[in-house]
Amino acid sequence: MSGATVNLLVGVAMGLNLLALASSRVPSIIRAVAVQGMVLGLIPLLMETHFDWLVATVAVVTMAVKGFLIPALLGRAMRSAHIDREIEPFIGYVPSLLLGAAGTIAAVAGARALPLLPEHTGTLFVPGALASLLTGFVLLIGRAKAISQVCGYLILENGIYLFGLLLINSTPLLVESGILLDLTVGVFVIGIIVDRIQRAFDSLDTRKLTVLRE
Amino acid sequence: MMPLVESLLRLLVWLLLAPLLPGLINQVKAWVAGRRGPPALQLYYDLARLWRKGVVLSHLASPGFLAGPAVGWVAITGAALLLPLGPGGGGVSFRGDVLLFVYLLAVARFCTAWAALETGSAFEGMGAAREVSFAVLAEVALITAILTLSVQSGSVTLATMLAPAAGAGAVLLAAGLFAVLLAENCRVPFDDPNTHLELTMIHEVMVLDHSGPPLAVVLHGAAMKLMIFAVLLVQAVLPIGTLSPVVAAGWLAGGVLGVTLGVGLVESLLARFAFRRVPLLLTTAFLLCLFALLLAWKGGGA
Amino acid sequence: MSAYLLILLPFAAAAAAALWPGDRTRPWFMPAGGLAHAVLSLWILFNPPPDQPGAWLACDALARAVLPAVSLLFLACAVYGVWYLRVRAERPNRVFVSLMLVLLGLLSAGHQARHLGLLWIATEAVTLTAVPLLHFNHTARAVEATWKYLLVGGTGIALSLLGSFCLGYASLQGGGGGDLTFAALTAQGAALSHPWVMIAWVLLLVGYGTKMGLAPMHTWKPDVYGEAPGIVGAILAGGVTTVAFTAVLRVRAVVAAAGLGGMADRTLLAIGLFSMLVAALFLLGTRDFKRMLAYSSVEHMGILTIGAGLGGAGAWAALYHVWGNSLTKGALFLSAGNIRRAAGARTMDAVGGMALLTPRSAALFVTGMFAITACPPFAPFFSELRVVRTAFATHHGGAAAMFLVCLLLAFFGLTRLVFAIVDGRPRTAARDGRRLFPETAGIILPPLALLLLALWLGVAPPAVLRDTWTAAVAQLYPVP
Repeated sequence: MSGATVNLLVGVAMGLNLLALASSRVPSIIRAVAVQGMVLGLIPLLMETHFDWLVATVAVVTMAVKGFLIPALLGRAMRSAHIDREIEPFIGYVPSLLLGAAGTIAAVAGARALPLLPEHTGTLFVPGALASLLTGFVLLIGRAKAISQVCGYLILENGIYLFGLLLINSTPLLVESGILLDLTVGVFVIGIIVDRIQRAFDSLDTRKLTVLRE
Repeated sequence: MMPLVESLLRLLVWLLLAPLLPGLINQVKAWVAGRRGPPALQLYYDLARLWRKGVVLSHLASPGFLAGPAVGWVAITGAALLLPLGPGGGGVSFRGDVLLFVYLLAVARFCTAWAALETGSAFEGMGAAREVSFAVLAEVALITAILTLSVQSGSVTLATMLAPAAGAGAVLLAAGLFAVLLAENCRVPFDDPNTHLELTMIHEVMVLDHSGPPLAVVLHGAAMKLMIFAVLLVQAVLPIGTLSPVVAAGWLAGGVLGVTLGVGLVESLLARFAFRRVPLLLTTAFLLCLFALLLAWKGGGA
Repeated sequence: MSAYLLILLPFAAAAAAALWPGDRTRPWFMPAGGLAHAVLSLWILFNPPPDQPGAWLACDALARAVLPAVSLLFLACAVYGVWYLRVRAERPNRVFVSLMLVLLGLLSAGHQARHLGLLWIATEAVTLTAVPLLHFNHTARAVEATWKYLLVGGTGIALSLLGSFCLGYASLQGGGGGDLTFAALTAQGAALSHPWVMIAWVLLLVGYGTKMGLAPMHTWKPDVYGEAPGIVGAILAGGVTTVAFTAVLRVRAVVAAAGLGGMADRTLLAIGLFSMLVAALFLLGTRDFKRMLAYSSVEHMGILTIGAGLGGAGAWAALYHVWGNSLTKGALFLSAGNIRRAAGARTMDAVGGMALLTPRSAALFVTGMFAITACPPFAPFFSELRVVRTAFATHHGGAAAMFLVCLLLAFFGLTRLVFAIVDGRPRTAARDGRRLFPETAGIILPPLALLLLALWLGVAPPAVLRDTWTAAVAQLYPVP
C-alpha cells in the first residue's frame, strides 16, 4: 500500500531529525541530512499512481542533489576547515533531543487540528513538515559551528519540501524546478561563504563572528 | 501437588539456566575476537568455587554488608518468579504485579548500592553514585516500555501484557528495551564488565569488596537479572503467550539465545561510551519507548 | 511582451558584461543597461499595456507604480558605479557588474510576478544574487555580515516558501484547480480555507518582512548595510525592499479577498509601528553612520507597512512614499559612501569635519538626511503627511500619535549623528582623503540627481504617476 510506505518514509525522515539533533560529530549530521534528502526525494515517485517520466526525472535529480551534491559541498567545506566535532553548543544535546521529540509529538497532535483534503488525512506530511521545521530551527539557533547551522537550514528546507508535496499535483514542474535550483545555488553560495569564514577567522566557530555590533 | 511441582520447576529453570547467559556472551565475544575464550559453563565453576571459600569481612561494616547481597538476590528471584515464561504465566500472578516487578528490581539495586556504601571506600561510593544516577534514566525508559505494553493490552498484569503480539511500535519497543537491558546489566556501551580500572567501572566496582559466598550470590543475581530482561524483551515483542507450550518454550529459548548473541555482538563491536554521553543514549532509549507508547496509544495511525 | 523585455534586457546586458574582456570599460554596461531599462519602464508607465488576468508575469498597475522608481535608482547607482569601480580598480569587477545587472532583471521579475511561486523564486534569486555583491570588500567584517544575511535572510525566505505553500493549500481546500496566480486566488475569495490563510499570512508576512527589514526580523540590516559598498546598499534599501513590499501588498489582497482583511490590516499596523519604534530607539544610540542608514530604512519600511494597513488611501500614500524613500535613500547611501571612503572610518568617534574635506558630499548627505526626516518640500514629507491624515481619518489616532513621536525621535538620532560627522574639525587620519578620493562629477551628480528628483516629486508629482498609484490601489483594495 503506497500510502503506508509513504508514511513509513516520512517516519524515517522524522527519525533522522532526532538523529541529527543528537549527533555531536559534523559528518554524521551531514550524513543524516543527506539520507533525509534522498528519502524525501523518493516520495513523489511513490505518490504517482502511474509512471510519469517528468516526475521520475525530477525525483532522481532531487535525490542526486540533496543526497550527493549538497553533502559533497558541505563535506569539502568541513575538510578544508579541519573540523570534525561540534563544540559545546548553546542548546545541549540532551535538551535539543528532548525539544525535537516534544516538537515531533506536538506536530503530530497539532496537525490533527488543521483541515486537510480527504486524500491527505492519515498522511504524515504536515506533522513531518512541522517537526523538520522545528528541528531545523533548533539546529540553526542552538549550534555554534557554521556547518551545523547550514545543516539545520537544510533540514528546514526539507520540512518545507515535505509540506510542498501536498501541492504536488497543482504546483507545476517549472516552479518545483525553480525551487530546487534556488536551493542548490543557495547551498553553493553558502559553501563559498563558509570557506571565506574559514579563511578570515581561521575557524568555523560562529561565536567568533561578533565584531559587528553597536 | 501439581502447582508445587510447577513452582519448583520454574524456580529451577531460573536458578540453573541463568548462569549460562554470561558464559554464552563471553563465547560470542571470544568468537568475534578469534580467541577460544572461557567455556560457556565458566560461571557455574566460579560460583561453586566461591561458595567453598571464606568471607573477608570488614569490622567497620554493619550486617547490611552481608544482608545486601542476600536481600537483593531474594528480590531478583521474586521478580523472576513474577515474570511469565510463555503460556504458563508467572509463578505468582495478580492484578498490578508489574509494579511489584519494577519495585523488586529497584530493591535489588538499592541493596547493592547499600552494600557498596557499607565498605566506606571511595571507589564503591563512586560506583554507587554512577549506577544510581544512570538508573534514574534507565528506569524511565523501562517504565515507559511497560506503559506501552499496558496500553496495548489494556491491563496491568504481566501475564496478560506479555501474551499478545506487539503492536505497531514493536521495532521501537525492542530497540528501547534492548538499550535498557544493556544499561541495567552493565554491558557495553554503558559499562565494560571486563575492565580492571576501578575509575572506569560502574557495577564491578560496587562489588569489589565482596568475597566468597556473598560474591557468588551477587554474581548469580546479576545473571538472573540478565535473564529476566532477556525474557521480558523476547516476550514483549513475540506473541509467545499465544502458542502451545512446547512451541512457546522453543521460541522463548531461541529468543533468549538471540538476545544473548546480540549482547555479545554489541559488546564486541562497540566501545564503552564516555560517561557524559550515557545520558544521551538513555534519553534516546526513553524516546524510542515513548514513540512506541504513542503509536500504541493512537492505534498505529498519525 | 514588454514585461519579459524588462527582465531579459538586463540579463542580456549581464551576459555581455560577463563575457566582455576589458576590465576598465566593463562598468559602462551598468549605465547602458540601466538607461535602457529606465527608458523602457517609463515608456510602459506612459503607455500601460492591457490587463491580462491570467498571466504569470505582467506589468500590472502595481508594478508600473513602483518599478520606474527602482529603475531610476539603478540608473543613478549605475552611473555612480562606473566612477566607483574606477576608484576600486584593484578589484576585478566582472562578477560585480554582471550581478548588478542580473539583480536589476530579477527585481523587475519580482515586481511583475503575478504567480505565487514565481514571486518566491524571484525573491530567493535576489537574495542569492546580492551575496557576492555584499561581499565585495572581502574584509572579515564583510564575511560576518554576509553570513548573518544568509542565515536570517535564508530562514525568512524559507518561511515565505512555506507560507506560499500554505496559501496554495488553502486554495486547494477551497476547491481551486491549482492555479496559483494572484488573480485566481483573489477570485476564489471567501472559498479559501480560513485556518490555512491565517497561517499563510503570518508566514508570508514574516518571510517577506525579513526581506523588507521589519522588526523584529531586521537584525541583519545594520550589519549588512554597514559593510556593503554604498552602491549595493542603495539598491538593497531602495530596490529589494520595494519588491518585498509589493509581495506583501499582493498577499494582503488575497487575504482580504478571503475575508480576513481586518486581521491582516491590524497585523500590518502593529508590525509597522513596532518597526518604527525599534528603529527610532536604535537611531538615538547608534554611532556608525552606515548602520544609521539601516535603521532609517527599518523605520521607513515601518511607515510603508502602516500605510498599507490603513486601507486604500493609506496604500496610496505608501506607494508615494516608496518613490520618496527609494530616491532619497539612494542619495544618502551614495553620499555616505563618498564620505566613508574619504574619511577612512565610519563612526562619529573617528570621523568629523567632513564639511571641510568633502564639502559637496557632506552637503548632499545633510540634504538627504533632511529629506528622509520629512522636511518639506521633499517627497517624503508629503507622503508621510498623507499617512498621518489617513490615520486620523480612519480613527487610528493613537497610531498616528505614535507615528509622529517615532519620527521625532528618529529626527533627533539622525541629526545628532549627521552633524557630528559633518561639523567640526577634520581628524588627522582623514586629511589624505581629500587627495586620494577627489569629488569628481561622477560621484556627485548621481546623488544630486536623485535628490532633485525627490524634490520634484514632492512639489509636483506628475499626473501620470498619481493616476498609476490610483490604479494600483484600485487593483489591490477593490471597493466591493
